[in-house]
Amino acid sequence: MDLLLKRKIKKVKKGDQDAFADIVEYHKDKLFHLCYRMLGNREEAQDAAQEAFIRAYVNIHSYDTSKKFSTWLYRIATNLCIDRIRKKKPDYYLDAEVAGTDGLNMYSQIAADQALPEEELEQVELQEFIQSEILKLPEKYRTVIVLKYIDELSLKEISDILDLPLGTVKTRIHRGREALRNRLRHL
Amino acid sequence: MKCPKMYVNLIHEHLDGDITKENELLLKEHLHQCKDCQQHMHQLKRTIAFVQSTSHIELPMNFTAGVMAGLPREKNRIRMNRWFTNHPILSAAAVFVLLMSGTVFSAWETDEDFSVSKQSNLVIHDKTVVVPKGETVKGDITVRNGDIKIEGKVDGNVTVIHGDKYLASAGEVTGNIEELDKIFDWVWYNVKTHAKQAVDF
Repeated sequence: MDLLLKRKIKKVKKGDQDAFADIVEYHKDKLFHLCYRMLGNREEAQDAAQEAFIRAYVNIHSYDTSKKFSTWLYRIATNLCIDRIRKKKPDYYLDAEVAGTDGLNMYSQIAADQALPEEELEQVELQEFIQSEILKLPEKYRTVIVLKYIDELSLKEISDILDLPLGTVKTRIHRGREALRNRLRHL
Repeated sequence: MKCPKMYVNLIHEHLDGDITKENELLLKEHLHQCKDCQQHMHQLKRTIAFVQSTSHIELPMNFTAGVMAGLPREKNRIRMNRWFTNHPILSAAAVFVLLMSGTVFSAWETDEDFSVSKQSNLVIHDKTVVVPKGETVKGDITVRNGDIKIEGKVDGNVTVIHGDKYLASAGEVTGNIEELDKIFDWVWYNVKTHAKQAVDF
């Protein structure tokens, strides 16, 4: 981690808010992007990202400076996003788990062209469609896919952020990838 | 042809970039023969490309300002510290003035004891210094918190701080007579004497 950031964090630990503003400037793009991919909505993503920064500031004393700051910040943000996803879980969810997949629901097994009416498909752009497919992933697969392919983090970093064993992260990425493949292969 | 699940796992390991050399070869060999697995791998790669192709999202305006507005109020101490670091010369001046005024006031306030410069022929009556008639006092006289009555002759300056001087008609002072009652006079007097000492050195 670069020295400048370390020095800023030291100042923040003493309560300097100007130093914290610099930290926000530096990380805001990635954090907002992560929240947007997790939540699929600009307003909510902004809310979540801003709340993550505020929590980081308030709890800066629990941050261990020997570890990577962004990992710690991402953990706060992903936890916040997961909480929000759980709260707004829709009831039309096809949430019957497919046996042996540990959380993959029926939705992920349905081919995409069947799931979306053709009119709707015509209206949305390809990117929005992909985003919507990411959003249909159960949150534990969504999180790893977003961290891996949108934030381009290493498996090790993802396991640090989510506080999960490396093996679990790998399994979730594999299943998330398979689920997306099922949904996107007809494109 | 239905392939063993092992090959799908190998494909994922390959995509994660942590496949062993032997398994890599094994997978390559299998992909050459098996159309299904080839397609599976291709679809996965396309899926990844799709996911990665999602465009960058513009950050909302005033994002940072929104965060800063949500923070708890900063302690005054920190705001002051920042002001000091942003204005180093002003703060140095402020510290200097603070310290100086501190010493001046404390010296002014605590100096309540009666004191007088020592000359052998001065007579002291209960906070009143008397230069006796017919005597000549050599050197400067400084009286603090007391009065001076000059009936004889003083060969030098007379300074009275916080007190009065009475000069009898027969009394005589060869140098200047100064009475200091106000803090500014006192400060000025200090400055003068220190400057004089400095020059004398």
